[in-house]
Formats: sequence, structure tokens, C-alpha cells
Amino acid sequence: MANKTQRTLMALKDSKERITNFEEVALGYTLEEAMAEANRCLECKNKPCVSGCPVAIDIPKFIHEIKAGNLEKAFEVLSEYTSLPAVCGRVCPQETQCEALCVRGLKGEPVAIGALERFVADSHNGILKTVPSETKGIKTAVIGSGPAGLSCAGTLARLGYDVTIFEALHETGGVLRYGIPEFRLPKAIVDREINALKKLGVKIEKNVVIGRSLDLKDLEDDGFKAIFIGTGAGLPRFMNIEGENLLGVYSANEFLTRINLMKAYEAKSDTPLYLGSNVAVVGGGNVAMDAARSAKRLGAAHVYLIYRRSEEEMPARREEVEHAKEEGIEFKFLCNPLEILGNENQYVSGIKCIDMALGDVDQNNRRRPHEVEGSEHIIAVDNVIMSIGTMANPLIKTLGIDINHQGLIETNEVGQTSNLSVYAGGDAVSGAATVINAMGKGKQCAYEIHNEFMSKREA
Amino acid sequence: MHSFMAYVTMDRIIKFLLEVTSLYKIVLKETLATAVVKMMVHAPYVARKAKAGQFIILRVHENSERIPLTIADYNREEGLITIIYQVVGKATMDLNNLEEGDYIHDFVGPLGKPSEIENLKKAIVVGGGVGCAIAYPIVKALAEQNTEVYSVVGFRNKEMVILEDEFASHSDKRVLMSDDGSYGSKGFVTTGLEGLLEEHKDIDCVFAIGPIIMMKNIAAVTRKYGVKTVVSMNSIMIDGTGMCGGCRLTVGGETKFACVDGPEFDGHLVDFDEAQSRNNIFKNQPAHSFEEDKTCQLLKEVENGK
Ligand SMILES: Cc1cc2nc3c(=O)[nH]c(=O)nc-3n(C[C@H](O)[C@H](O)[C@H](O)COP(=O)(O)OP(=O)(O)OC[C@H]3O[C@@H](n4cnc5c(N)ncnc54)[C@H](O)[C@@H]3O)c2cc1C
Ligand SMILES: Cc1cc2nc3c(=O)[nH]c(=O)nc-3n(C[C@H](O)[C@H](O)[C@H](O)COP(=O)(O)OP(=O)(O)OC[C@H]3O[C@@H](n4cnc5c(N)ncnc54)[C@H](O)[C@@H]3O)c2cc1C
Ligand code: SF4
Ligand code: SF4
Ligand code: FES
Repeated sequence: MANKTQRTLMALKDSKERITNFEEVALGYTLEEAMAEANRCLECKNKPCVSGCPVAIDIPKFIHEIKAGNLEKAFEVLSEYTSLPAVCGRVCPQETQCEALCVRGLKGEPVAIGALERFVADSHNGILKTVPSETKGIKTAVIGSGPAGLSCAGTLARLGYDVTIFEALHETGGVLRYGIPEFRLPKAIVDREINALKKLGVKIEKNVVIGRSLDLKDLEDDGFKAIFIGTGAGLPRFMNIEGENLLGVYSANEFLTRINLMKAYEAKSDTPLYLGSNVAVVGGGNVAMDAARSAKRLGAAHVYLIYRRSEEEMPARREEVEHAKEEGIEFKFLCNPLEILGNENQYVSGIKCIDMALGDVDQNNRRRPHEVEGSEHIIAVDNVIMSIGTMANPLIKTLGIDINHQGLIETNEVGQTSNLSVYAGGDAVSGAATVINAMGKGKQCAYEIHNEFMSKREA
Repeated sequence: MHSFMAYVTMDRIIKFLLEVTSLYKIVLKETLATAVVKMMVHAPYVARKAKAGQFIILRVHENSERIPLTIADYNREEGLITIIYQVVGKATMDLNNLEEGDYIHDFVGPLGKPSEIENLKKAIVVGGGVGCAIAYPIVKALAEQNTEVYSVVGFRNKEMVILEDEFASHSDKRVLMSDDGSYGSKGFVTTGLEGLLEEHKDIDCVFAIGPIIMMKNIAAVTRKYGVKTVVSMNSIMIDGTGMCGGCRLTVGGETKFACVDGPEFDGHLVDFDEAQSRNNIFKNQPAHSFEEDKTCQLLKEVENGK
């Protein structure tokens, strides 16, 4: 690696082999590779990269420790800022965050910060030697066990609070468990993070739906002094086109949940998933990539990814798009569905699309697509997977806290809702966003809760 | 491990273990009719809040499917939930293989919106087959708030009759129909309903719960009489919390989600044909048919009174 303009590449599984299973695609650095990559970091005084990280990890500081081969120290640095380094190192959109601002990127490739973060986390058992502060005996509740809830719970526990997580499903992890597939984020990593929380004394009550099984008042009556809500993005959107309720049309959430949470691809699982040999995925985000690549792994011969703008506008991470291409996903850019067609048994038989062209720039600075007259065409498919975003969960309305016109929870800048002992963060507040954003908000709320108690104690 | 012990006191561990060990225990199992079975399950969280019209989702074993079942009754003091299920496939068969004293792996609820029964003076509840298990808690809740309640319950034949006394004791009048006339009056529930609607011109609401085709036919009758009609939609569900979108159906031209917006909807607005088709995804599928032999075998056993 004499040429310091190029980053150390991470080994990938061969694309032909990887579409036959759900094993992780990116294999991670060896110690030598990590040290070589760490040595590319200039340890800039003004740390431009740090301002690109939503939780402001002291990036040159942890990389400095890798250079010295001191991985325990490096992990401690990371842990000051993030409770899910093994996850964020894998799924953060680094290229638009920390790495986008790396000085190395000016004349070559930025330092592979995410890959290094992953390396440090993977070489560690995830359990910090430092003991939490003394227990305060104050009960706090965390609703939802996605990244927002997990990081809030972890931070509160370290600060000495008595924490209980309430999770609606039979498994913890939120999107980390049921959304992001094994080949991008092995579930063993999610398990490890959750075990680390349990070691801190965090209690987890699964199969409890807040708003139905218990409401906020019950938690308050039960002695919970502060509550954090991290219930995630909510329901999938549909296009409202003809044929969307035919058999074989799934939302990406349903499709991925059947695979990841219910393990529909394993023989021992009872949850069915009916997938034909030709599959269309509609959308252009990470979720669409995950659905398309999962369909390929389940044996679909052709997987078409239908996106109404061009490749440049696609919101998915570059890396995911590259991996999808290597795996044979067939991209249909500038193409928009008009109707889903069905056979006599009401199963999907095709999707009718129209070509699009890019017109003027809209207020979000993206060129607005418009239909090309007379370009309608039909793609023969057996399944359609809709992956065009989410809308707020109607259950939120029953909680008795203020919501905005989109149905998302309203909070002030420190994460407090209209009920002052209730905080909220993550996708339930922002709408579908990122793991690191959710994690950052969970942690911020934990500190706010702590400050609130400290100031009360002093007063 | 040491830090864990330091922060969890002994009595808390004991309390925790007690809670976990008694959770989702089957305390009673009883066969009501051919392949229709009642269970009482220890689930205090659910029992604390349960209301008529709500359901639970359970997983029998670690690798089982999540399936929804209506809360047929509850006992808040003892933390018990009653479910009544018909053995129709793998999940309900696995459930039926559990006995009193066994545990259900996961059990979550109450889910869905409770039935809207406030301010009803006079109502009719129609139940078809195992749908009666879903209809019964509504009858009971109506009776408890002193609504004048008439019920029409229909079964294929005498062997399939369930909850006979329960309906009778909570209704001002109960009409029992059987398709073949082997018990009660001969005919479909629509006939019984029309009789009641002719007799009572001041019905505030009809609740209809049963097979989709039955609810569709009931809605056609009540439309004629201009009576508000509520149906309970048994869409296929996974999470039941408003995340996957699998339970969607069309109501008045809009997409709705049975698990969070329902399961009860205005029967005059539901697209029943589409709902029927969506529930048929399990039919014509080779992947599911390997279970069929086993199911038939079990159904025979249940029929033989096992
Ligand atoms: C397929 C997919 C791929 C993605 N890929 C990426 C990626 O590569 N990089 C990235 O940064 N982000 C990605 N995201 C987005 C990221 O996963 C989310 O932004 C993040 O998980 C949000 O975290 P959260 O904690 O707010 O919510 P969630 O992860 O959604 O967790 C919410 C939890 O709350 C539970 N819950 C909901 N309602 C209740 C209730 N009433 N009571 C109790 N519990 C409840 C849910 O069951 C769930 O476990 C992806 C999302 C998806 C769906
Ligand atoms: C809100 C609601 C309340 C219900 N209440 C009751 C009840 O009180 N008693 C009762 O006997 N049944 C009830 N059902 C139906 C019950 O969920 C199904 O009979 C059960 O899931 C069948 O599973 P199986 O594996 O045994 O059968 P399968 O062979 O898998 O399927 C048989 C039929 O059951 C339906 N079904 C299958 N899987 C699901 C699923 N995950 N969700 C919903 N339906 C499914 C389909 O229509 C299918 O054709 C209810 C359904 C809903 C949505
Ligand atoms: S958490 Fe994400 S943004 Fe922050 S340093 Fe790590 S990879 Fe970069
Ligand atoms: S900007 Fe790049 S080179 Fe500079 S400290 Fe950050 S990671 Fe290192
Ligand atoms: S069952 Fe998943 S949204 Fe209703």
C-alpha cells in the first residue's frame, strides 16, 4: 500500500457464491490491513471528518490507537460516542458523512473510517471493562428496541438508571433485526450488542405493545420516572396504483420481515414466502437494494429494480448499488410503474411501466422526472416488492402526546415531547432516516433525562 | 456476569423468574365442537387491557408462524385470556398439540381497536361458525352496558355448534341457524337476520363476524335496510403492530391496515372480493400442500374426539 491516495480494500465474497446464501458479503480487515489503512490518516488538527459524523466520534483519536495496535483503547474511544460501532461501521452511509469530509478525499480516496470502526468493534467482545456508575434506583422505560431504544437504554444503564425495554415483537433489534439482511449485518452482531446491554442490567420485556398492552400512564403508575419512545418509522407506503393488492405484491417491510425475522428461507421455519422466478422491486433506497438482493438469494432468476429517476439520484448507498450490480440485479432507471397485472387466480403476472425523462430541477435540487408519452411497456414478473418509503404508525396517536401533521412525534430540540417526562427519538420522530441518527438521538435523550434528574436533585 | 449480579437484586430475579415461568401457560383446554378448541392462557399484560373486538398474536414454538386469534374472553383478576380456534393448518394444529400445563412461546396483545359499542341502544350480532368466538365478546360487552342485543348464530350442522349457552344468556333473543337444519332453524344467518330486521325497525348497528362470504352477504342485506354494519376482517398478519403492511385491505377505496385501523370496519365499504382473494394466498401453493396430509389426519383425530 505504498500509494497513499488509495484506500485498503476490504475483501468481499465472490458474487457468484454470495447469491447462493445469506452470509455476510464484506469480510472485514485483517490486523495488517487495518493498520495500513489507519496509517493513511493524517490525524488532522481541526478534524474535519468529525463534523460529518452525527455523533461526533473522535475519529483521529481512535485511528491513532489502531496505528499503535492498541485495540482495547480504540474501542474505549469509540464507546464514548457510540453504543453500536459494529453496526454503524457496517451500515452508516459513511460516504456522505464522515468520509465525505476527510482531507484524504481531496486528492484521492478518503480514509475508510467505517471499515476501521467495524474492525475495532469486531476485534472486541463488545463489553467495556469500565463499570457503570452506582445505581440510582430510578426506573426508566424505553419503548422499542431499535437502535434509538438500544442506545438510550445502554446510556441510561451506564449512568446508573434502572432500565426496562418494552418491545412489541418477539425479538429485539428493530430494523437491525427484521429489516437489514444478514448478508449486510449478521444477526450475531445484533445479539452481541443486546447481550452487552443485558450485562449492564437492562431488562427486556418482549411481546409488549405500548399503546395497546400498556400505555404511558400505566408506565408512570408503575413508577417509571422517565420514558423514551423509539418505535420506528411505521407503515409502508404504497403507490395507489391498480393491482397493488394482488397476490404476490409485498411491501419491502413484509418481504424482509418474512425473511429476516421469521426466517422464511429456512426449512425449519413455518412462515411462508411465495417467490416466483421474476421479481420487480420498486424504489431506489437501501431498503429496495436489500429487498432485491434478498430476492436474488432466494433463487429468483431475474430481479428488476425499477426506479423513476436516474442512477445519480438514487438515494441508496453507492456500495450497496455496486454490490447489487455485481450480483446481477437488473436496474431499470427512469421507469415508473403504472399498474400491476394479474392472472385469473389474482396472482401477479406483470408490471406495466412507463419510461421517464428528467426535467427541471425541483425545490430539493433534484431533476423532476416526467413520463415519456407512448413508452408504456410490460415486464413479466411473478412478484412486486414495493419499497417507496413509510408513513407514521397510527398507534402513535393513541399515546396522548403531540404529533405533527405527518403523524410523527413532536419533540423540542432536546427530544422532549409534550409530556415532559416522555422523550422520543429515531425514525418515530424524524421519519425513516439512519441507524446512526436514531442511535445519536437515543443517547442524547438519555443524557437529557439524566440532566433533568441531576438538576432536580440539586434544586 | 459480576456486574449483572451487582445490579439485579435477588428478589427481583425471583420475581422475574416467577413471571417468566408462568407466562403464556395453558391453564385449560377444552374441545367445543369438531376441530374447534378453547384454551385459557395465562397472559396478565393482555388480560389487564383486553376489550371486546381485540385480538392477540401468538407463536406456538420458536420457529412457528405468528398467527392472530381473537380474545374470546378474559379474566383480569387472574390474568387469563380465552382463545377459541379452529384447526385449519400447521399453526393451529401445532397449537392443538399443546396440552394443559404447556406453554405458548409468544403471546402478544391486546391488538387492534376495541369494538365501538358506546351509545348503542339496540344491536344485532351475527356470528358464523368459529366467527361466533369473535362475536361472543361483543354480545357480552353490549349486554353488560345494557344494550338490547339480538344474536343470530349459524353453523354448518349440529356438531359444529359452539357457545350455545353463552349467546343465549347474554342476548335478549338468540336465533340459531344450521345450514342443514340439524339444529335450530334451517338456513343461513342472512335469513335469521332478515327476520329480526323486519321485526325491529330501530336497530342501531349490526355486527357480523364469520367467513368473508357470509359478511359480504350480511352487508348486502343490511344495505337494503339502511342499517349500519360492522364487520371484523381476518386479514393475514405478521407483526400486528402496523409495520409490515401485509394486513392491508381496501375500505371505501382507501388502503387500510386491519391490525391497527381495524380489525372492525364499515361493512358497506369493505372490498370483500379483494379480501377473499388476499386470504387465498395459501391455496394453489405447492409449498404449503405437504402439510395437507397431516392436517387431514389431525382433523380426523379431532373429529374422533381426541
Ligand atoms: C431494509 C432497511 C435497510 C436499511 N438500511 C440502512 C443502512 O444501510 N444504513 C442506515 O443508516 N440506515 C438504514 N436503514 C434505516 C435504519 O434502519 C433506521 O433509520 C433505524 O433502524 C431507525 O431506528 P429506530 O430505533 O428509530 O427504529 P426501528 O429500528 O424501527 O425500531 C423500532 C422498534 O420499536 C418497536 N415498536 C414499534 N412500536 C412499538 C410499540 N407500540 N410498543 C413497543 N415497541 C414498539 C418495533 O417493533 C421495533 O423493534 C434501513 C432501514 C430498512 C428498513
Ligand atoms: C384479527 C383476526 C382474528 C382471528 N381470530 C380467530 C379466532 O378467534 N379463531 C380462529 O380459529 N381463527 C381466527 N383467525 C384466523 C386465524 O388466524 C387463522 O385460522 C390461522 O392463522 C391459521 O393458521 P394455520 O397455520 O393453522 O393455517 P394455514 O394453513 O396457514 O392457513 C389457513 C387459512 O388461515 C388464514 N391464515 C393463515 N396464516 C395467517 C396469518 N398469519 N394471519 C391471518 N390469517 C392467516 C388464511 O386465510 C389461510 O387460508 C383470526 C384472524 C385474524 C386476522
Ligand atoms: S458512526 Fe458513522 S458517521 Fe460516525 S464515524 Fe462511524 S461510520 Fe462515520
Ligand atoms: S479528515 Fe481524514 S485524514 Fe484527517 S483526521 Fe479525519 S480521517 Fe484522518
Ligand atoms: S400485520 Fe403487519 S401491518 Fe398489520
